[in-house]
Amino acid sequence: MSAPNNSFDPVEVTSLHPDEVARMREEALAAIEAAADLAELKEVRLAHASDRSPLALANREIGALPPAAKADAGKRVGGARRDVGQALKARQAVLETERDERVLVEERVDVTLPWDRTPRGARHPLTTVAERMTDVFVGMGFEVAEGPEVEAEWFNFDALNFQPDHPARSMQDTFFVEGPDGGESGLVMRTHTSPVQIRALLSRELPVYVVAPGKTFRTDELDATHSPVFHQLEGLVVDKGITLAHLRGAIDAFVESVFGEGLRTRFRASYFPFTEPSAEVDIECFVCRGASVGDPDRPCRTCSSEGWIEIGGCGVVNPRVLTAAGVDPEVYSGWAFGLGIERTLMFAHGVRDMHDMVEGDIRFTSAFGSEN
Amino acid sequence: MRVPLTWLREYVELPADVSARDLASQLTLAGLEVETVDELGSDLTGPVVFGRVLEIEELTGFKKPIRYCRVDVGSANGTGEPQEIVCGARNFSEGDLVVVSLPGAELPGGFRIGARKTYGKMSAGMICSATELGLWEDHEGIVVLPEGFAEIGADAIAALGLREDVLDIAVTPDRGYALSLRGVARDVAALYGVALHDPADVTVAGATGPGHPGSVEDPARCDRLVLRGATGFDPQAPTPLWMKRRLHQSGVRPVSLAVDVTNYVMLELGQPLHAWDRDRVNGAIRVRQAAAGEKLETLDHVQRSLDSDDIVIADDSGAQAVAGVMGGLDTEIGPDSANVLVEAAHFDAMSIARASRRHQLSSEASRRFERGIDAAGQLVAATRAVELLAELGGATVETAYTVVDESTPREPIVIRASHASGVAGVDYPEGTSERWLRAVGCAVETDGDLLRVTPPTWRPDITDPNDLAEEIIRFEGYENIPSIRPSGSGRGLTSSQRLRRAVGRVLADTGYNEVLSYPFTAERDLDGLQLAADDPRRASLRLANPLSEEEPLLRTTLLPGLFKALARNVGRGLTDVALFETGLVYLPVPGATRAPILPVDRGPSAEELALVDAALPEQPRRVGVVITGDAERAGWWGEGRAATWADAIQAARDVARVAGVDLEIEADARAPWHPGRCAALYVRVEGERVLVGHAGELHPRVVQAFGLPERTSATEIDLDGVERARTDSPAPTVSTYPVATQDVALVVDASVPVGRISEALAEGAGPLLESVRLFDVYTGEQVGEGRRSVAFALRFRAEDRTLTAEEAGAARDAAVALATERTGAVLRG
Repeated sequence: MSAPNNSFDPVEVTSLHPDEVARMREEALAAIEAAADLAELKEVRLAHASDRSPLALANREIGALPPAAKADAGKRVGGARRDVGQALKARQAVLETERDERVLVEERVDVTLPWDRTPRGARHPLTTVAERMTDVFVGMGFEVAEGPEVEAEWFNFDALNFQPDHPARSMQDTFFVEGPDGGESGLVMRTHTSPVQIRALLSRELPVYVVAPGKTFRTDELDATHSPVFHQLEGLVVDKGITLAHLRGAIDAFVESVFGEGLRTRFRASYFPFTEPSAEVDIECFVCRGASVGDPDRPCRTCSSEGWIEIGGCGVVNPRVLTAAGVDPEVYSGWAFGLGIERTLMFAHGVRDMHDMVEGDIRFTSAFGSEN
Repeated sequence: MRVPLTWLREYVELPADVSARDLASQLTLAGLEVETVDELGSDLTGPVVFGRVLEIEELTGFKKPIRYCRVDVGSANGTGEPQEIVCGARNFSEGDLVVVSLPGAELPGGFRIGARKTYGKMSAGMICSATELGLWEDHEGIVVLPEGFAEIGADAIAALGLREDVLDIAVTPDRGYALSLRGVARDVAALYGVALHDPADVTVAGATGPGHPGSVEDPARCDRLVLRGATGFDPQAPTPLWMKRRLHQSGVRPVSLAVDVTNYVMLELGQPLHAWDRDRVNGAIRVRQAAAGEKLETLDHVQRSLDSDDIVIADDSGAQAVAGVMGGLDTEIGPDSANVLVEAAHFDAMSIARASRRHQLSSEASRRFERGIDAAGQLVAATRAVELLAELGGATVETAYTVVDESTPREPIVIRASHASGVAGVDYPEGTSERWLRAVGCAVETDGDLLRVTPPTWRPDITDPNDLAEEIIRFEGYENIPSIRPSGSGRGLTSSQRLRRAVGRVLADTGYNEVLSYPFTAERDLDGLQLAADDPRRASLRLANPLSEEEPLLRTTLLPGLFKALARNVGRGLTDVALFETGLVYLPVPGATRAPILPVDRGPSAEELALVDAALPEQPRRVGVVITGDAERAGWWGEGRAATWADAIQAARDVARVAGVDLEIEADARAPWHPGRCAALYVRVEGERVLVGHAGELHPRVVQAFGLPERTSATEIDLDGVERARTDSPAPTVSTYPVATQDVALVVDASVPVGRISEALAEGAGPLLESVRLFDVYTGEQVGEGRRSVAFALRFRAEDRTLTAEEAGAARDAAVALATERTGAVLRG
């Protein structure tokens, strides 16, 4: 702004006069002392310590002085500015302490006041449990396969080695879909997620590692433990050199992840048309760990004092199923399982009554949130 | 199948210390699931002893005749004096051998016996009936035992077998052999490595000639028939106590000796038998197809009209039994039948299963035939039956009998000796397979590395190599299979699967609770939605066998299920209810034909699969939402905000936003929504506008029909449609230059949708526009009747420079100009 001017008379620069500098310093110090709170102090800082404050402006004039006078004036103004700066810092500290001790205390609110202004919803626990179960297998390199809920009988039964008149077929309590003229449609509400096995084998490259969570339907009346609509998680592996040992490994990983570590599992020989050999899968009761068996004084509600809880069925994929799905059983083998999602929820979260899962009462779902 | 343990032990040398529980758990692991172990008589405590009725005094003057008896119980009562007992039964006489429970005894069901005064006499104990002892159901009176059955005063509990452990086995459809004591015994013997005494392992003397004439029409459906007679049978002969008790313990009601014997042999050997009154059989017995419409009255007194697929046992008078299912009344064995003809046959399992289902008639016989019985067990079983009739009913067994045998021997199954090891993932020692296969009755020939295995006649379920592997693995034990974690090479969830999860989360986080409704619905629901008669949503699939005739249809919309769940919540006193559901609807395809049943001996061709899939309905995945009450609650912070049509539309926007898809919203009038408060929801799929759903407030009639609170709002959106509109959006460039904000207020005709104005503003503003947002709507005198003022905040920003006021102003003017051109909006002064 101001260029050096050697002919300028320093006496005429009034703002650098010692009295004037002292006055500006006093004024600033007084204002600082008078600031009642941090906001006022901020104003004072702007007025007396900013680039446009009187002392800062006076400082700029030093350049106009002859060299002999510069040092003296600089010392004077610099000293004043340093004093103001220190006073500001001191006052800032005082006011901050006061704020911390008084103002923040006065500003106290009741943090226990509720803020349930926007209600939160929840996903259905069956959905989140199914996702949890699914993710155990996704973590082992499985993909998620899907299929329709209204399914062709061929997929639901025939391709899975249910003979047309085999008792196993009537075991399933199937909902049949009527054809357009009241005749047969060849369609059913799928009675299990197993038809997805066939769809996966037909639509994917081998090897196949899939799980298929989904709705299934059987003609059971709703009661505490049954529902005509329920959910299963199907698992299928078809690869070369696959044995029951890998099936055990998959089931053990699932149990450990969902029910916790250290629980024993057991396979019981059973029968399903689409697996041979077949087995039911039990886990050790995670409540009593078998202690209730044969001890009438310590009954266990969770396992009905049997020590074991059935969680699903499994087995080696029947080579006939592979054949029906166009896979050469001489080259490939595999296994499959079906786990009950309702059962898993009932056990994992202590849900006692199927009604709670189907009625849609928000008091039930709200308890679970959007993940569990 | 109920298996009394003492009966089972007759065939297996099971160590005495093996408990019923241990046996149950071993059998369960090996595939014979023991559902319960019934400990019959476990609540019975003595003294229960044998006694002789010494003296009967008839008491009169009561409502029913009463007897006052003196019964000799030896020294069992401690005194040796006769026991004085009041008894209401009348089926006994002085000198009879009876069962007496003495004071202190407790009978099944917690029935305590004491000494008490009754009918004016002291009665010290009770003379017992079969029912009271838990022997069998009998309301005829007390048990009178045959002379010499037991010593007077001896303990009756053990002698009568009043305590018995019975295994109740749930037999899977493949293990028909386990519907017999013989079959269960074989598995038990193998499991415990003990000797088996096969009750069928007997030699039957050859026939001295043909017996009652019999023939089989179709060997494919009946390949073996045995007819064996017994003459001079005493139809009045009682069934011995041990047989009645075993039948009862096995869940079979004792009837008469002839019938009881056939049932007993069936339980023992698994072969259903039919006992004919030979004198009522008219001519030769023929196994043949029924004539369509042929009539037969079965033993359950039902007149049945037969199907040409039924197999019947007929004589010259016509059909006398539905083969393998139930006998007819005409030839039933009766109280005067002295000549008995026992028929044993082997029927095709599928034929019996069809007949049983067709006639909705499941019997002990049909359960066995349809699971598969011993194909060669007929002669042994029929012989065992007639011999029992001879032994217990005084009959003479005819040495001449009839055997029709059209059976063909089974082919061996060839497997590698290591097959079971490969299935199980366990290296079984050499010889393991042969050992277990022989234990279940297979004939095994070793041929180098191969085994040639011929399954026994009682195991029709064993047809494939893996069936053999199962027999080995279940006896070796599943517990010995190691656990190896599998490892696939999957690529995680698909984007569609991730989207579904995210949609659920966003709706939950914005206040909606997920429900999982049943997909069953009814015409009534479609009427409630106020759907027009020709609305395509009325075209529903119908169930042939719905759980309830009230709900025979499959849903074409998620809304009725959501409405019912909402009404249920409101009915339970909840006022602010917001629900969502993600699920399939089922839309019939016009002209769909029956889904074919494809072959299973090979994979289907692409054409065959297309035929199956063409028969399936469309099953799109929808998201439905319904909301009532407050969307924001009132509280200490101030007023609440009632949920409206706008919340319903916002839910749809939120769903689309999760997918990164913009919804285009337009007014529509469609059931079940309020015609003035209904939004059609569109997405862009490759430039084409596609309708994906509707949202808004429900029509008051719908609200009424479903019993919903007024102003309930709802949304239904096709998630598959939203998904199709997804595109990969490139990352935006985030400019760090300052923003220039310009507000504009426009006055337009009130009928102009805001959506169109903001669209025009956005388009007109050009590339400098960062965002446009409506922040106020005003109607009133200042803007004039039928018009409204809408105020927008426009934010401009350039990627490469600070915008000048002139640039921002020009962009704003261009925006307003296009809005004016398209909607007639006037900039408000």
